[in-house]
Amino acid sequence: MLRYALLRILGAIPTLLLVIALAFLMVHAAPGGPFDAERVLPPEIEANVARAYHLDESLAQQFVRYLSGLVRGDLGPSYRYRDYSVADLIGRALPVTLQLGLLAMSLAVVVGIAAGLTAALSKNSYVDRFVTGVAMTGISVPVFVIAPVMVLIFAVYLDWLPASWTGGSGVSRLVLPGVALALPQIAYIARLTRASMIAVLSSDYVRTARAQGLRTRSIVRYHALKPAMLPLLSYLGPAIAGILTGSVVIEEVFGIPGVGQFFIRGALNRDYTLVMGIVIFYATLVILLNLVVDLLYGILDPRIRGR
Amino acid sequence: MNLEFPRIKARVTRRLSLLICAAMLVAACGSGDDRARESVLNRGIGAEPESLDTHKSRTNQAGDVQRDLGEGLTAYAADGELVLAAAERYEISEDGRQYTFWLRPEGRWSNGDRVTAADFVYSFRRLVKPQTAAFYAEQSLGDVVNAVEIIAGKKAVEDLGVEAIDDLRLRITLKYPVPYFLALLTHPSTFPMHRPSVELHGDAHARPGKLVSNGAYKLQAWEVGSYIEIVRNEYYRLNEQTSIDRVRHHFTPEDTVELNRYRAGELDITFSVPSESFDQMKKERPDELRVSPFLAVYYYGFNLTRAPFKGNPKLRQSLSMAIDRETLTRNVTGRGEAPAYGWVPPGTNNYEPRQFLYADMTKAARHAKARELYREAGYSEEHPLRVEIRYNTAESHRRIALAVQSMWRDVLGVESTLINEEAQVLLQNIRMRQVTQVFRLSWTGDYNDAHTFLSVMESDNPSNLTGYSNPEYDLLMDKAATRSDPELRQVYLEEAEKLLLSEHPVIPLYFYVNKSMVSPRVRGWGDNVLNYHYSQHLSLSDSD
Repeated sequence: MLRYALLRILGAIPTLLLVIALAFLMVHAAPGGPFDAERVLPPEIEANVARAYHLDESLAQQFVRYLSGLVRGDLGPSYRYRDYSVADLIGRALPVTLQLGLLAMSLAVVVGIAAGLTAALSKNSYVDRFVTGVAMTGISVPVFVIAPVMVLIFAVYLDWLPASWTGGSGVSRLVLPGVALALPQIAYIARLTRASMIAVLSSDYVRTARAQGLRTRSIVRYHALKPAMLPLLSYLGPAIAGILTGSVVIEEVFGIPGVGQFFIRGALNRDYTLVMGIVIFYATLVILLNLVVDLLYGILDPRIRGR
Repeated sequence: MNLEFPRIKARVTRRLSLLICAAMLVAACGSGDDRARESVLNRGIGAEPESLDTHKSRTNQAGDVQRDLGEGLTAYAADGELVLAAAERYEISEDGRQYTFWLRPEGRWSNGDRVTAADFVYSFRRLVKPQTAAFYAEQSLGDVVNAVEIIAGKKAVEDLGVEAIDDLRLRITLKYPVPYFLALLTHPSTFPMHRPSVELHGDAHARPGKLVSNGAYKLQAWEVGSYIEIVRNEYYRLNEQTSIDRVRHHFTPEDTVELNRYRAGELDITFSVPSESFDQMKKERPDELRVSPFLAVYYYGFNLTRAPFKGNPKLRQSLSMAIDRETLTRNVTGRGEAPAYGWVPPGTNNYEPRQFLYADMTKAARHAKARELYREAGYSEEHPLRVEIRYNTAESHRRIALAVQSMWRDVLGVESTLINEEAQVLLQNIRMRQVTQVFRLSWTGDYNDAHTFLSVMESDNPSNLTGYSNPEYDLLMDKAATRSDPELRQVYLEEAEKLLLSEHPVIPLYFYVNKSMVSPRVRGWGDNVLNYHYSQHLSLSDSD
């Protein structure tokens, strides 16, 4: 298993390099530069700025410069936030995003699986229809609708929770964004669990177990649960990566200083180094999470381990 | 903390409530008696400042924080009047080119060091040094002897026309008299710099724990993505008159989110008011909604280097006349904006803004004239003008473009296509002048003088994006620049605007307004055309 993991990690390096090269080309291909504004700079100042940030060099030179920095672990200075380096910015935003993402993901997994199982075990009952209906709503109503409505209800009218990140402290400021971020995931996980559980419950070996007189509870617990979790597992890898960097809307609505905000702002401001830094971080995260999911698969499914 | 505990408790598991208890305990430990008595102001400032290094930033947001942290030779009072700040007096030579400033002997840096003339010289030289690559170098000091040559790398920084006569006397020599030079010196890029700390920390000198400033406040914290916190500078010369102890400048890029935070009591002042909530706020909280004129113009520019607008002033005029700016500001923008019939906003110091000659005509007469010009320009209902209007993607810009599109269609029969582009893409297209025809832009005054608007249209101004070039206009601007007699200068500037308006290189649509929610607990708020609100002028009613 260790050898497998190491091979996979080594195999990821060319992938990562390709991602870096493509991202570098794409951010530089976007029209406009990091220092363009309605207030156009006088040519001599524009030249000074370009020189200061090596933007006057050829694209190939810039790429080599970037890569050589990267090898030394230097993600470069941010073009927009001129007092900070990209590593500074990601380092500050990451803990916030992690806190929020992990909270949302745990909430989503616990509530989603519970709801999905309940629905699957009482298939076609009122409980099932209720769960399926709520889940459908959860998936179809976008976060940018749910989140501001939650702020209006719980922060502005009821005054129970802070309306923004800086308006509160500790857990209180995590509640609204955490729930808002978790809602669509809960819905998705519940549907996934339900479908997968229903499929497993109607499989031959479960029928055999039933024929042997096992009670439903033990069938679910010892025979059905593990295989039913497999599709969920392959969903969770990308979902965690997505939640960690893709909570842009939530971060915007609640004023949360997370990675997602920097990603979007970086792209809009043509903050080349910041965007590159986040792309590299994101790509690494996806590669690692996929690896973890594959390893977990092996643990959950003996058929894969054998191969 | 707005947290009603019992109700929450019923909804969370026991473990979560224990966590909340712990968090509250930690929060409670941090707030001793001193903190309780301290007055704290929370203000929204829009987007996050890009830097607090006064030489490396250029946004208004950075300026708002920098004006709290530092102090230049001059500044603005709460009502927007220009006053002396770090300097206690000044003299201008007879030819208007030499300024001598006497610094206040009580001026101190936030670490207790004295503020000296050498600190200004150091800052000014760093500002124009090519390696600094300061955005505002030319804007702020371009009129100082040798500044432009130094920026271009053709002269040494020591040649800059700025010298410290002694510890407290500073002399600045200009290339020609600049009547608004004292106003330029309010800009944060001209604040002094604390040389030892800049040299020690280099690029990171403007970060918390390192920045040494000479204003009413000093930098306490910068939570990237959330807020900048500043606290009273006990060495500041007017510290006893500063009322608010701690100010948090919150980053509020989304105005709807900002308003929610204001309504939840998290902000005392907002940066803006979203248009969809404007009427509601006007009705529900009329005393908190502050709307006042702002020195900025929203306009449509023509690409004057390509057909159909190149050499076609009649067509440009007819399009300008067909736009009903009253309807636009009343029904589309709807936040108290003033219809723009000229280029320089009302409220500009020592200036009488000019207007389009058609401004006084009735709507019917205006439309008739517009149709006549349209025909003379070679277009008609059978051969309508087909034109593209470009704007940067935003709902507000889209609504204005839609209104203009329908007004042009109704009055002239123009067939216009709306193209929205991401801001940087639009800017690039405008600058290339290859594909653009009509495009949306705006201009905000940097100082309270007509020059900040009129200079944009000079042939060699890099921000002149229409391609307008008229030697006669440039001559009038040059004459205005070299006249020390303020009245004569005003005449030249007004003549220049009159000429500009007669040629219709742009369609000014409206003059902006400042729009903020200001909590009733905030005192000392003064509306002004530059929208500068120094925290040191404010106080809070509940902590007197």
